[in-house]
Amino acid sequence: MKAHGTVHKYGDNVDTDVIIPARYLNTADHKELASHCMEDIDKDFVKNVKEGDIIVANMNFGCGSSREHAPIAIKASGISCVIASTFARIFYRNSINIGLAILECDEAAKDIENGNEVEVDFDTGIITNITKGCTYKAEPFPEFIKDIISKGGLLNSLK
Amino acid sequence: MGMTMSQKILAKHAGLESVREGQLIKAKLDMVLGNDITSPVAINEFNKAGFGGVFDKDKISLVMDHFAPNKDIKAATQCKQCREFAGKYDITNYYDVGDMGIEHALLPEKGLIGPGELCIGADSHTCTYGALGAFSTGVGSTDMAAGMATGEAWFKVPSAIKFNLTGKLNKYVSGKDVILHIIGMIGVDGALYQSMEFTGEGLKSLSIDDRLCIANMAIEAGAKNGIFEVDEITMAYMKERADRDFDIFKADDDAVYSKVIDIDLSTVKQTVSFPHLPENTKTTDEITEDIKIDQVVIGSCTNGRISDMRIAAEILKDKHIAKGVRCIVIPGTQKVYLQCVKEGLAEIFINAGCVFSTPTCGPCLGGHMGILAAGERAVSTTNRNFVGRMGHIDSEVYLASPAVAAASAIAGKITGIQ
Repeated sequence: MKAHGTVHKYGDNVDTDVIIPARYLNTADHKELASHCMEDIDKDFVKNVKEGDIIVANMNFGCGSSREHAPIAIKASGISCVIASTFARIFYRNSINIGLAILECDEAAKDIENGNEVEVDFDTGIITNITKGCTYKAEPFPEFIKDIISKGGLLNSLK
Repeated sequence: MGMTMSQKILAKHAGLESVREGQLIKAKLDMVLGNDITSPVAINEFNKAGFGGVFDKDKISLVMDHFAPNKDIKAATQCKQCREFAGKYDITNYYDVGDMGIEHALLPEKGLIGPGELCIGADSHTCTYGALGAFSTGVGSTDMAAGMATGEAWFKVPSAIKFNLTGKLNKYVSGKDVILHIIGMIGVDGALYQSMEFTGEGLKSLSIDDRLCIANMAIEAGAKNGIFEVDEITMAYMKERADRDFDIFKADDDAVYSKVIDIDLSTVKQTVSFPHLPENTKTTDEITEDIKIDQVVIGSCTNGRISDMRIAAEILKDKHIAKGVRCIVIPGTQKVYLQCVKEGLAEIFINAGCVFSTPTCGPCLGGHMGILAAGERAVSTTNRNFVGRMGHIDSEVYLASPAVAAASAIAGKITGIQ
């Protein structure tokens, strides 16, 4: 499995309140949530994002509220993968549970810039920065988590 | 190798002799919690997966608190969906307008969580119940759906930071100041993926309300859970609320911690978190400039308990809030609300020019009941001051204790109290 797209780059401590502001949590509709994704940190995100694009950020991505609406909004907006130096733990867990691909890679998070074209190979954990012509190696998932993802998320893995 | 308190609770619920840091386990749950914004997502997933029923109708709590009383038609529809689900599966602990409270104020008050128990909740502040010696952590809606169906959840066993508390808090310094002080010290990811375990002789000077407030904000340091060693104060609190037996776990003497931090409670000062991260702390005596405010919020799952109401009322008694300031007081539960009425606190708040609201999460997350316009500034006893948290992205939230919030409401600017 691979992801390939243009990068939307953010900094440290991107919280779930800016990923999907609480004023939109009166719905669980995926498309409607996606239409407000990243609104309070990057009002042009929704306009600019294309199917397959990749979010890259630094430390503690997804901190704050446990709202699963945050990874849902990101996934439904077309983002194929989120790469960060570190993730807040509930966001990390929620992403695995709903099948949004996420990778921890400090080296990639620091070097990749907004607008770079990036390819991710999930089998090897190799992230290729096509714009800069270099690669980075992400930590692979533990087997337990690979199993949840390969079965299509937590609930499918329980069947 | 010895285990921490959190590790012992996880091992017990996984049916294992011992667990070690990093181990992935499946554990049995004593309580699964959701609210009116996270439960609809869980219910959709629960239905989509085709589960036939819930694992235990007594071990699920659904609390309508975030956008309730319903703020708009969509919020009303979400509450209706939860109500119908609770009816269909005969959920014992379903709390709606009239008997609800803010979930993390309500569940401890009702005795639904206690020492040694394991709880997940689709709300990040589920870590609050660690104050009672439970292992309790926030998860998402899919985990909640799986938990409701199977009574189990997967966990990666965390390492821990030990906080060794000594001394005694000074007058007008509370659990809120302690946790803001700690977050200021270790940062918003200072305990990422870890447990924060609180122990030491200083515990005996911390009330359950102080402990609930401290554990509540463990998530704001990135922690998986916050947990307090169980003592007589915990057991006295539980005795009034629950008649079941509890397992009490103490950390082993040779438990391994990633860090041990000593805190002398007598040195903690009144503390405020500046925008836009809880780690941006200053003590009130370090604030030299005049920071004028438009709104004060006293309430939330962090500070909506009776001791919070009492301290705010003590400061506001026979005073009036500053002209141009709006002060919104929100008791955490119906029981706290009624206590405020009976003890005359409601009258003090209203005479001081505050509004006194039914329990709701409301303004804390920018839902309703006190949204900020561009350029406005609030002092709030809530738990997050992220960009846009209480309204417009150009508004500001300063986090503080009920004492500092009440004193600031009177002064019209951020101030401590002597």
